[in-house]
Amino acid sequence: MNEVSEYIKDVAKGVKTLLGGLSVTGYYFFHPKEIITQQYPENRGTLKMFDRFRGEVIMPHNEKNEHRCNGCSSCELACPNGSIRIVSKHLLLENGKKKKIIDQHIYNLSLCTLCNACVKACPTDALKMSQEFEHATFGRVELIKVLNKTGSVVMEGLEE
Amino acid sequence: MIAEVENSIDTKEYFINMGPQHPSTHGVLRLVLTLDGEIIKKIEPHIGYVHRSIEKMCEKDSYQQIVHLTDRMDYLSCHINNEAVCLAVESGLGIEVPERVKVIRTILDELTRISSHLLWWGVMGMDLGALTTFFYGFRDREIITDIFEETCGARLTMNYNIPGGLMNDVPPQFSKRIKDLIIHLKKKLPEYDTLLTENVIFMERTKGIGILSREDAISYGVTGPAGRASGFACDIRKVNPYSAYRQVSFKEILFHEGDTFSRYKARILEMWESISILEQLVDNIPEGDFFTKTKAVIKLPVGEYFQRVETARGELGVYIISDGKKNPYRVKFRSPGFSNLFVLNQIAKGCKIADLVAIMSTLDLVIPDIDR
Repeated sequence: MNEVSEYIKDVAKGVKTLLGGLSVTGYYFFHPKEIITQQYPENRGTLKMFDRFRGEVIMPHNEKNEHRCNGCSSCELACPNGSIRIVSKHLLLENGKKKKIIDQHIYNLSLCTLCNACVKACPTDALKMSQEFEHATFGRVELIKVLNKTGSVVMEGLEE
Repeated sequence: MIAEVENSIDTKEYFINMGPQHPSTHGVLRLVLTLDGEIIKKIEPHIGYVHRSIEKMCEKDSYQQIVHLTDRMDYLSCHINNEAVCLAVESGLGIEVPERVKVIRTILDELTRISSHLLWWGVMGMDLGALTTFFYGFRDREIITDIFEETCGARLTMNYNIPGGLMNDVPPQFSKRIKDLIIHLKKKLPEYDTLLTENVIFMERTKGIGILSREDAISYGVTGPAGRASGFACDIRKVNPYSAYRQVSFKEILFHEGDTFSRYKARILEMWESISILEQLVDNIPEGDFFTKTKAVIKLPVGEYFQRVETARGELGVYIISDGKKNPYRVKFRSPGFSNLFVLNQIAKGCKIADLVAIMSTLDLVIPDIDR
């Protein structure tokens, strides 16, 4: 007799705990406002990433097509994966001297781990992290970017 | 008749592979199981599927660059991994970081621990067939990842610590967000108990399964909540406090049963302890700098440096040998997952395959941490 009552008690206890669990899920079933799921491609217009979000490295240019990079290669040295390469060229000045200026700031997004080391290392604050996160492309080549725009020059007073 | 069949056909023992592509191994871990019927006779873990030679890569990187590689080891407690390297380098350089940095690091450590345990809780339920927990765990974890995203700039591989301090100062609404989180979690964590902890099916499947004795925990080096559930007091935050853990008071969760359920309970209660640490620190962030200036090229003096920290999984040790150059001569990580995995044969012997899933889940393995 004792065994039977124990058994029934166990079953009742088990059913009670299961109903307890169901009450939690049931609560959310009847309170759809508590659901925090966002519909991603639909909410693109309103989706705003945080300012510090690290999407990719960019080089901001002002309206006169000037950037702040003087080609000092600090970012190239700071990068742990070799995703930055600086190509510089020599400019012949009027007085016959040669001057080294930046030609291309090549950034390979496919190698980048978005660690922020280059942005931290830059002495002239030329680099910035953008909030863009949709990086899908049809080819790996498209991920190799030249950060300084064509025809852009370094800002006055920042040359090496 | 049965005996004849058993003797004539080789039905006694057989091998199966669990993994490398198996949902409950949580990554590319391969377990070679020797089975007798459904009873496990022997477990042989085969690792190395996501080996990326992080220790070797560290030898060519500067000390600032090592930090971001540790994100990729135990990705669920990456802030703590970062901190371990930074503390080792800072002790080598002999610099003292500001109080503000220590407190912020501790807050982020505890947030990382909660977020890791929330994910573990969700996945633990999912392994045992309760998919609901997965969604609930991720829902609450999302608030923490939002805090990380706003503070550190990334959701998973944060890389927020640098040798000498932090990369940026915390945003102005940092404290408010954490207070909101504490209120939210205090409301939701009891729900977890009703949903899973008290569930009769869950209890039947975890209680008395996979018992790890204290002696085995010590001899195998099982640390973290898994070790503490066996009565092994191994919390580095208590044993060897770093950052701001001296200032806060918290309980070390200890159980003596050592079974799957006590390992589960240890993690749930640890979340409550982490919340209490957050409560103590969130209003007491001292003013000051968020970093100490270090040289652009860090060169550690010739010698050996060791730092251990408590990650969400156990004890992480960072051992750096320097020969005075800008790169370390050798870096060794003592990762908690590695030691926790190899006790599996000891505790899951004699269990069924379904029990093995539960046991593995409470060991909370992160495979990239094991392989490195």
